[in-house]
Amino acid sequence: MSTANGLEHGARAVTPGWRVAPWPRRASHVVARNLVVYRRAWPVLVTGFAEPVFYLLGIGLGLGGLVGRLAFAGHELTYARFVAPGMLASAAMNGAILDSTYNLFFKLKVEKTYEAVLATPLSVPDVALGELGWAVMRGAAYSAAFLAVAAAMGLVGSAWALMCVPAATLVSFAFGAVGMLATSFMRSWQDLDSVTLALVPLFLFSGTFYPVGVYPSWLATIVGWTPLYQGVVLERGLQTGFVSLALVPRAAYLAALGALALGLATRRLRSFLAS
Amino acid sequence: MIRRPLWVRAFGSWTFRYARTWRGSLATGFALPVLYLAAIGVGLGGLVDRHVTGGGPSSISGIGYLSFVAPGLLAGSAMQIATSEATFPVMAALKWERRYDAMLATPLRVCDVLAGHLGYIAMRSGATSAAFLLVATAFGAVHSPEAALALPVGILVGLAFATPLAAYAATQQNAVGFNVVNRLVVVPLFLFSGSFFPITRLPGALRLVAQFTPLYHGVALARAATLGRLAAPSTAGHLAYLVALVACASVVAGRTYRHRLAP
Repeated sequence: MSTANGLEHGARAVTPGWRVAPWPRRASHVVARNLVVYRRAWPVLVTGFAEPVFYLLGIGLGLGGLVGRLAFAGHELTYARFVAPGMLASAAMNGAILDSTYNLFFKLKVEKTYEAVLATPLSVPDVALGELGWAVMRGAAYSAAFLAVAAAMGLVGSAWALMCVPAATLVSFAFGAVGMLATSFMRSWQDLDSVTLALVPLFLFSGTFYPVGVYPSWLATIVGWTPLYQGVVLERGLQTGFVSLALVPRAAYLAALGALALGLATRRLRSFLAS
Repeated sequence: MIRRPLWVRAFGSWTFRYARTWRGSLATGFALPVLYLAAIGVGLGGLVDRHVTGGGPSSISGIGYLSFVAPGLLAGSAMQIATSEATFPVMAALKWERRYDAMLATPLRVCDVLAGHLGYIAMRSGATSAAFLLVATAFGAVHSPEAALALPVGILVGLAFATPLAAYAATQQNAVGFNVVNRLVVVPLFLFSGSFFPITRLPGALRLVAQFTPLYHGVALARAATLGRLAAPSTAGHLAYLVALVACASVVAGRTYRHRLAP
């Protein structure tokens, strides 16, 4: 890290002090930077709301009439009601992971954003937390908008649905952190193809479109352990109002996955950013 | 000695780079059709077939859902590859890497540059459609030798999107609009153009809109091919629409390219 002028040098000199200070305030500068950048590209932010809504209309209503009712937690749901929470969880996953893979890779390898950021009092953990915070906020905002649309369409079963947004935030946190960790291993844009190859099967097979009961049992077991499945079950329970304690371990799974991946990603980023 | 037309050299510039990276696209090219056909065609299709006919083989337009959705997804993926190739890479060639400028420093003319790039995108659309067709055949979703004609249909669908989008991309100064076009045009077309369900299920006004979209005609043609129903009189109409669209968009693209590259 460079200490180009006296002012920065002074800031560096108090290193032990800002280790103790709380991270989130410095991490918030990373979020603020992203907001400034997107001021010129606001249509990209705003239209992110549209995609899950189009899927809800096309798959939930358009195709829904051909699928009929599906069973969930011992109740029969219309297909639109069944599929809406799946779209919500996928939107939370996609919103966060695209930010923490493609955008992060661009900043790391092309734009070299963090070389500038790290020349300020911000440290690598601040950068990791700030970028993840931004991705999670984006995921949460899209989830809230989607939930409003689903509620307006009469697809929400109870007041538990308000908890869908915090649950989506957990999904965004877990996938954003895993995406960040994966990106720290990427060497070229071609490597980022693996993100699509990982996201598409999760999106298609995690009980998003139909119950995993239609799979052979070995496949259902594998799907049961994947992270998006936890998010889908969590969202479906909350949105329909068929809530049980069994949802708690699913939330814990996502929180633990996110925390673990964030810790590892911070270590990886530190190893090649702060040298 | 016969000289190759100039646009073939521009085409070669794109294939030269692709020759070094095609292995990666092979994995996605085959994996995505397998995943989509397994999840939507077989998984969701099983529920559709059970619901619509109580498990019989003739759920939608007299066929199982897998056979219904496979050509729809084929046309949809040709659209998607053409969209991504005719937006960001065009901006890269115009501005970020200036490949078009490099081409124009040779005897190539603007129309050669445009035709070469569109030719390359047509090739990619065809390759994607070919992979999809092979996978669909393995899934048993193909019912006629006419299905081979789904390949040129995929190329035509690719051009029907690549040509107007390249024309649009040449008017842009940055890539912000591309994400917006993708989310507000390409995604809705993918979902509402008859790929996943017959457009007769749409409310009246939307059905009319859907009938004017290029993907609807592409899906109809691809479906007629894989089911062996190309002889129907509607085939000529779908074909005429797509060819006319490509022709008009080529004229517009020629203008926007000339305006941008040789003002």
